[in-house]
Amino acid sequence: MTGEGQGGGASIPSQQGRGRIRGFIMTLYTVLFYLLAMIVLLSTLLAITRRQVVHAVVYLIISFMATALLFYLLGAPFLAGLEVIIYAGAIMVLFLFVVMTVRIESVEGSRGEFLRRWLPAVVLSVISLAAGGILVFEAPASRTALNTGMVTPTAFGHYLFKNYWFPVEIVSFLLLIGLVGALYLGKQESKTAGGRWENKT
Amino acid sequence: MIVPYGNVLLLAVILFLMGAACAVARRNLLMILIGVEIMLNAGGLAFVAASLKWQRLEGQAFVLFIFAVAAAEVAIGLALIVHSQRRTGSVNADHYNLMKG
Repeated sequence: MTGEGQGGGASIPSQQGRGRIRGFIMTLYTVLFYLLAMIVLLSTLLAITRRQVVHAVVYLIISFMATALLFYLLGAPFLAGLEVIIYAGAIMVLFLFVVMTVRIESVEGSRGEFLRRWLPAVVLSVISLAAGGILVFEAPASRTALNTGMVTPTAFGHYLFKNYWFPVEIVSFLLLIGLVGALYLGKQESKTAGGRWENKT
Repeated sequence: MIVPYGNVLLLAVILFLMGAACAVARRNLLMILIGVEIMLNAGGLAFVAASLKWQRLEGQAFVLFIFAVAAAEVAIGLALIVHSQRRTGSVNADHYNLMKG
């Protein structure tokens, strides 16, 4: 990895293969990509239409695992690990804890109301998808094929702390602020609950 | 080659729109937060694909920051949901139409 230049021009080294084996590996990667894309789309579609939040969270874990494999396929093994740890691990487990804590009544209404709420969202999504698809496939850059590459976590860490050490510090502050905010929101509630208990006994 | 760059972008667009539709159409506050998570994830996928296309590492560095922002956002959001559920006894987004405590 070369980190010189004004943009810190680190490049992703391409993997070199040769001959028939290389062609076979390429088609294998293509098939793997479309398979993982189908899994991601299907599990996300199932997740956003479930009535039970627990089912949605479990489908979403599948979706995030498949997205982590897509990250690995697109040459980011460190981010694939982070996706599994942060998204599929921490965030979804946090959702599960809150689902267990909070009493969830059935907030989705009857079938007519269901249609009335989903119809505008679906129509606007389809229109946006058509516009975005036209924009994407009109651009000549979208037809360039992606080469397989791989960034080792060591190279990525060197690059990150060489060029982006200050944003990393800012992000650590952001996480600290999030921690303090969550603590404040929880602490206030427990104080009033403690007061209520004292009144009762 | 794996796939054309446009196909990965199209996948990211579809994922993003699914998240946006979930955040718009659902009434449950938890499902709205899940929709926002799906949208952030789709953005990260587009960044990784762009990083591979231009053979530069900036995209992957940005995805790291997206992860951090998503973690902070979900912590605050879930704390808010628990807080307001204890206060009003509901996770229906329609019940939060008053800004008074």
